Amino acid sequence: MPRVLRRARVEADVLTKSENAPLQLDARSLACERGGRMVFRDVSFSLGSGEALVVIGPNGVGKSSLLRLLAGLVDISAGEIALEGGLVDMRLAEQIHYIGHLDALKPAMTVQETAQFWSGFLGGSEADLGRAFSVFDLEALRDLPVAYLSAGQRRRLALARLLIAPRAIWLLDEPSVALDTASLARLVAAMEVHLSGGGLIVTATHQVLGLSHHVTLDLTAASVGRVSA
Amino acid sequence: MRAFTSLIRRDVALAVHVGGGGGMAVFFFLVTVSLLPLGIGPNLNLLGQIAPGLLWVALLLSSLLTLDRLFQADFEDGTLDALSMGSLPLELTVSAKIIAHWLTTGLPLVIAAPFLGLLLNLDGSQFLDLVGAMLVGTPALSLMGAIGAALTVSVRRGGLLASLLVMPFYIPVLIFGVAASGGAMAMPGAAHQALLLLGAVTLVSLVIGPLASAAALRAHLRT
Repeated sequence: MPRVLRRARVEADVLTKSENAPLQLDARSLACERGGRMVFRDVSFSLGSGEALVVIGPNGVGKSSLLRLLAGLVDISAGEIALEGGLVDMRLAEQIHYIGHLDALKPAMTVQETAQFWSGFLGGSEADLGRAFSVFDLEALRDLPVAYLSAGQRRRLALARLLIAPRAIWLLDEPSVALDTASLARLVAAMEVHLSGGGLIVTATHQVLGLSHHVTLDLTAASVGRVSA
Repeated sequence: MRAFTSLIRRDVALAVHVGGGGGMAVFFFLVTVSLLPLGIGPNLNLLGQIAPGLLWVALLLSSLLTLDRLFQADFEDGTLDALSMGSLPLELTVSAKIIAHWLTTGLPLVIAAPFLGLLLNLDGSQFLDLVGAMLVGTPALSLMGAIGAALTVSVRRGGLLASLLVMPFYIPVLIFGVAASGGAMAMPGAAHQALLLLGAVTLVSLVIGPLASAAALRAHLRT
């Protein structure tokens, strides 16, 4: 079977218009093989601007693998991923925020230093940073080293990366883990704002997030159905 | 460019905050060098003759000690995933980390070397040659070391394995470094050529190091 490589196809005419050109993320019969085991096969979905895909399914069904695969962190065994309408001079991975189970935080750095670093590395502005801090309620923790944060606070700091540098596609692997009700509400609100701004979200979760519009992908059946809320 | 410098700044700050980086390497350097005269005996002439060689060997070992730190922490806590999705190509991301590694390990070792030379009765005329050769040679240690560190990034306690992998690549640095420092192996007048060859080794590793480490990291990230 010919091996189809990942490709980010970009339509030139859409791009010349503006950065906010409608996005379209298409996955066609994706398969993922890890460690010699077929995790899933024949997963297809199509996601447009302002749409969220909620990936559900029991443990080990391949939710995390699907997200890592979309992020370009795992090789595709078969199928293809195509993005239309993104920024032409950027790789797919550069238009994606991937927040996985690992929080990518350093205990020795303070909250402020961590945020400042990601802002510098990912190319965000000072205003974005301030917004990320207020949305995820990190103001009061600014000068605290990450080592002293609780699990929920660490999670919020990890999630703050989403807003520190704006990117069109968010891949969130169980973002609600360790979050309290208030923080979860803040996260969902941030996701709604991102969607209404024309962004895309793919999230794996066991919890009902309460997003207003989303498509559910059940990996057990690997079939797409529309869920209205 | 902002991404590049902020990564260097973060790595340097982390090495200074956490310790265990440059400080530990310099301490190990000091311990090794101060043990050597005890093992060799108090023959000042002999010590002075072999001082450049001893210093280079000790420096090599000290810098090997810090290799496992280079990528492993970032790999384990998921930072490397995010770094690989930045606007920088992974090769440049790796380069920034290598520069930070040199600033926190190679440079302190070079600065410490002349002082440790005093302990070994290093001839006064050789101090400048030694420091110059080490400044030219130590970047190669960080660059080559990065390959070993990247190859063993997912191996628990991979430091020893990385050392074994990297050691053969350190040998040219050792040979030309000692010769350029006017050590016992140097023929009269050969120090200059040796320094040029040492520079060549560094330039070659400047090309190979980031490319090979980035390739190795990619292979690890994708499994």
